[in-house]
Amino acid sequence: MIPSRRQFIRTGLGGSLLLTFAGWLNAAGARPLTTAEREMLGAVSNAMLDGALPAAGEPRRRLVALTVDGIASEVAGLAPATQREVGELFGLLVVAPARMLLAGVGKPWREASVADVGEFLESWRTSRLGLLQGAYAALHDLTFGAWYARPDTWEAIGYPGPPKGYF
Amino acid sequence: MLDPIKTGLASGWKHVDASTLARSQTIEADVIIVGTGAGGGVSADILSDAGLRVVLVEEGPLRSSSDFTMREADAYPQLYQESGARKTADKAINILQGRCVGGSTTVNWTSSFRTPPEVLDFWQRQFGLRQLTVNAMSSWFAVMEHKLWVRAWDTPPNANNKVLASGGEKLGIDIGHIKRNVKGCWNLGYCGMGCPTNAKQSMLLTTIPAALGRGATLYTRLRADRLRFAGSRVTGLDCLALKPDGIFPSGKVVHFRARHFVVAAGAIGSPALLMRSGVPDPHRLLGKRTFLHPVVISSALMPERVDGYAGAPQSMYSDHFLHQAPIDGPLGFKLEAAPLHPVLFSTTLQGYGEAHARLMREFTSASVLLALLRDGFNPQSRGGQVRLGADRLPVLDYPLGDVIWEAARRALLAMAEIQFAAGARWVTPVHEAAPGYTSWAEARKGIALLPLKPLICRVVSAHVMGGCAMADAPPRGVVDHRGRHFWLGNLSVHDGSVFPTSLGVNPQLSIYGLVARNASLLAAELAGRPAPLIP
Repeated sequence: MIPSRRQFIRTGLGGSLLLTFAGWLNAAGARPLTTAEREMLGAVSNAMLDGALPAAGEPRRRLVALTVDGIASEVAGLAPATQREVGELFGLLVVAPARMLLAGVGKPWREASVADVGEFLESWRTSRLGLLQGAYAALHDLTFGAWYARPDTWEAIGYPGPPKGYF
Repeated sequence: MLDPIKTGLASGWKHVDASTLARSQTIEADVIIVGTGAGGGVSADILSDAGLRVVLVEEGPLRSSSDFTMREADAYPQLYQESGARKTADKAINILQGRCVGGSTTVNWTSSFRTPPEVLDFWQRQFGLRQLTVNAMSSWFAVMEHKLWVRAWDTPPNANNKVLASGGEKLGIDIGHIKRNVKGCWNLGYCGMGCPTNAKQSMLLTTIPAALGRGATLYTRLRADRLRFAGSRVTGLDCLALKPDGIFPSGKVVHFRARHFVVAAGAIGSPALLMRSGVPDPHRLLGKRTFLHPVVISSALMPERVDGYAGAPQSMYSDHFLHQAPIDGPLGFKLEAAPLHPVLFSTTLQGYGEAHARLMREFTSASVLLALLRDGFNPQSRGGQVRLGADRLPVLDYPLGDVIWEAARRALLAMAEIQFAAGARWVTPVHEAAPGYTSWAEARKGIALLPLKPLICRVVSAHVMGGCAMADAPPRGVVDHRGRHFWLGNLSVHDGSVFPTSLGVNPQLSIYGLVARNASLLAAELAGRPAPLIP
């Protein structure tokens, strides 16, 4: 029988496996996002930004894709070691067993609902493992950083943008 | 808007963007200065004024007012260490530090305080720094205040700072006005993204142009990798040119030879350079006792618009809670406001999904207070430690222990009480488990029970200090009161890394004053002139 995500993480085994496994997957270091990673980050953004994104449909898909582009360029501006760590996290989350055991998401990312992904985010946010909490924080900061960096998101929060004048 | 940097370059300033170097090279000068922030800038000005041939080495890019678009998406990757995402090893503390010509002075919020007398007294008692008296240092602070236009700020505080002032007044808490190093400030509120109007008297606009005007050479996109030394003298500095991305080395190398070397790479960069170089450290003090003024944050929703992105970011402060106990007792904290911009605010704010979106929709009503914990005085508060990680780049371990969390809870309570007293309708600590509160009574109960742990309670820092501490003797420090290294005769450290504790105030003016003194002493020695008359 496959251990449940909670059991798996509670043993502490999850954390150390996560590191080893991810290091092995990403031996090459920093690299562009794969299609699978874009799908995973799309699912994460779709849940993280629920409430800021339009209800559903094509506009929402387009904005999610723009957010994933933004995340990719944010990652490119990080220190080499951090780029590697983030690459390890992304590389791990797209592997089905890790997605199921560590994130607790049973469906492939492109089919996961806001509720499915929300449950995953909540479990990492409140995890007792610093590694998973830190990984949640990275996804949080990258997603909101990519979203609110774009001027078209400002009207919804009442921010007029930088002053214009005699510059 | 005239861009004085572009004008200077057109007039023949020597600037080499090392990412464009076609081949490796060897350069000779009188003094090599690593870093162009508060320490490097002041050193370059004073040493070049003494007629010395000076070279400045900066890892970040040269950017100036015409590049300062007031957009976070442009500013953070260009002007900050690790795009503003630098963190401690366990990811529990986010560190904002500049990485561009002018260093953090290009992006700071202009708050200017002298080193408090009680801090200088503590250094005299604990670290034998008897030369650094309040009297002796006051002249150097005055010199730099004059030079950098540090003045009382007469414009009324923005609504965000007013929350601190009015809440504090209602509760009988001392509130003061912050002096700022600005000349003709337009009160826009975008100091953190580089001043677009050239009002902020940062190193970028003052000391560095002065040095370049005297023929100093500025290298950018060049990382100081290793000092070479023989016996008790540094003989050279090897630097790695970076690619245009500013992150990865290009493979080109620049070797410097000089009579004297000044390290001013900040309290993470300076100890890391000395560690990479393997300089003598028999007492194992290098990189130890790194202090951050760990900051906890309280976010409030006010009944009216606050527009926390507009107006001088920091104009009011309170030191009330620094003076409730002896300096080495339970940690005191300084209260200040923080500017709110969409990326900085949204990434700092807890939660996700609809709960986060709801708070963001109230962005214009949000007001944020910061509590800077004064670390490094209580015997239990030993700060963090810089070590070398992957690629031999620095990593900072900073364990957040009980003595920090005890103070953090008092600080979160104090900020919530002030915000409610100022009329807040809702207050939350920036904390993953805080539900937010609608009254001070509710907040008092709730905050008392909040679990305070790394990664649950948000902790940030914009002030990195220590790691190359000064003291009277090698068993207690890395450098002496002049910033001179105890083992290598022609090596000085001129930045915030020499502070043996934190300061309890925003550090820029403390660095300016101490470095003005130490660079003046060094200039006299190197130029063969009498030491300056200021003690």
